[in-house]
Amino acid sequence: MIFGLSEHDIISIGLTAIRTLVILLGSVLVAAMMIWVERRLLGLWQDRYGPNRVGPFGLLQVVADMIKIFFKEDWIPPFADKAVFVVAPAIIMLTSMLAFAVIPFTPTWTVVNLNVGILFLLAMSSLGVYSVIFAGWASDNKYALLGAMRTAAQMISYEVFMGLSLLGVVLLAGSFNLGVIVESQRGMWNVIPQFPAFVIFFLAGCAEIHRAPFDLPEAEQELTSGYHTEYSGMKFGMFFVGEYLGIVLISCLVTTLFFGGWLGPWLPGFVWFALKAGFFMCFFILLRAATVRPRYDQLMAFGWKVLLPIAIINVAITGAIVVAQS
Amino acid sequence: MEFAFFIAGFIALAATLRVITCANPVHALLYLIVSLLAVAIDFYALGAPFAATLEVVVYAGAVMVLFVFVVMMLNLNAETVARERHWLRPALWTGPAIMAGVLLFAMLGALIDGHSIGVVDGQVLSANSVGKQLFGPYVLVVELSAFLLLAALVVAAHLGREDDDVEDKDTARRERGVSKAGEQR
Repeated sequence: MIFGLSEHDIISIGLTAIRTLVILLGSVLVAAMMIWVERRLLGLWQDRYGPNRVGPFGLLQVVADMIKIFFKEDWIPPFADKAVFVVAPAIIMLTSMLAFAVIPFTPTWTVVNLNVGILFLLAMSSLGVYSVIFAGWASDNKYALLGAMRTAAQMISYEVFMGLSLLGVVLLAGSFNLGVIVESQRGMWNVIPQFPAFVIFFLAGCAEIHRAPFDLPEAEQELTSGYHTEYSGMKFGMFFVGEYLGIVLISCLVTTLFFGGWLGPWLPGFVWFALKAGFFMCFFILLRAATVRPRYDQLMAFGWKVLLPIAIINVAITGAIVVAQS
Repeated sequence: MEFAFFIAGFIALAATLRVITCANPVHALLYLIVSLLAVAIDFYALGAPFAATLEVVVYAGAVMVLFVFVVMMLNLNAETVARERHWLRPALWTGPAIMAGVLLFAMLGALIDGHSIGVVDGQVLSANSVGKQLFGPYVLVVELSAFLLLAALVVAAHLGREDDDVEDKDTARRERGVSKAGEQR
């Protein structure tokens, strides 16, 4: 007995701590590797090589980039609001990594089995907006501020559709718990009865992490780099890795919510999860390679005039069917 | 859970105090966000995880973003901070602060005497039971707030409506400008 904890408690706390560390390190490593994967895949699809010099297949390119970024001068503009400027990149990393806590990778591999799991995810994604807003504001730079304002409007709008699209899944499973949602897909993956919700969730997820084609906050032709124009060194690196962490997160979520998570024949659960999530990560890259960036007003009009009605109709129909069946 | 409750409670108090005393509005908003997050943890510790997450999603995540959005557009600078600081002279706030402090002690004393300070625990309220309450005994309140929100939505849509005539005039003027520029060339 130490501090009133029995041996059993200490072992379970230790196991959770190890699990948390593995998941956090794993997700950040996968996010970093995504940078290499993206450049190679873009090269493949655009008929060029991409990075292939450092290490086998260019695999060590990420390591080289990391070393470079660590040794760069970490410059804070003298006109910037120092405290907020420093806090901003930490927020995006923090919220993305916290969101991984509720994702069930296998029936046993999850950090917290939260009963309000989906709401927790939505909360984390809505807190992630601050990173971009504060970065843009603290930089005291017109381009950064304009980029931040675009992001704020884009993320607040698409959060609405993201939340609404998940309601159908919650109705079918009868729970906000992600583990229960995966188990409810034993008979049929949610993507079949909830296909509109899947499309909306994927698009909204794309807009939430402002990936191409929804990367208007950092449209380089009009806004230089948008909200992270003034950032350099590791602070820029955190925004950069944060974006890829977002891709990994949304891919994991799509897998969990619509494609049956760890469920699948023959192979162990984690392999199925990794395969499905990996497929969606590659799909994000294909989306960037294949689509053009819409205009800002087109993005907003598409969200409020197309996605919102479809999401609401989907919730209404799913609700009616669930009530009729019970 | 009691530890979590009291730590979060103190953080909420300290952050709220900083919201009032901070001269820079954006910093004040940052403290307000921290305060809301701390209150969410208090809800969680009291056994209301649904209310806790809604607090974060709605207040910290959506309402405060709009606050920050507006403050960002006001183009605040060192001048405004200095003016704000000038307004916060100790002479102005010591009187009310002392009186409010006395009231706080009176309230604390009454609470301790009346034994109404309970232990921090309670049964965990699931989202399911919250929903049953909302659409059972409280359905009238829910519907009324829905009316209110709909009215607000209609008004906002009306105010934000573009006047067709004005727009036509604008485009006509622009087109004329373009043709003039063309002639000059």
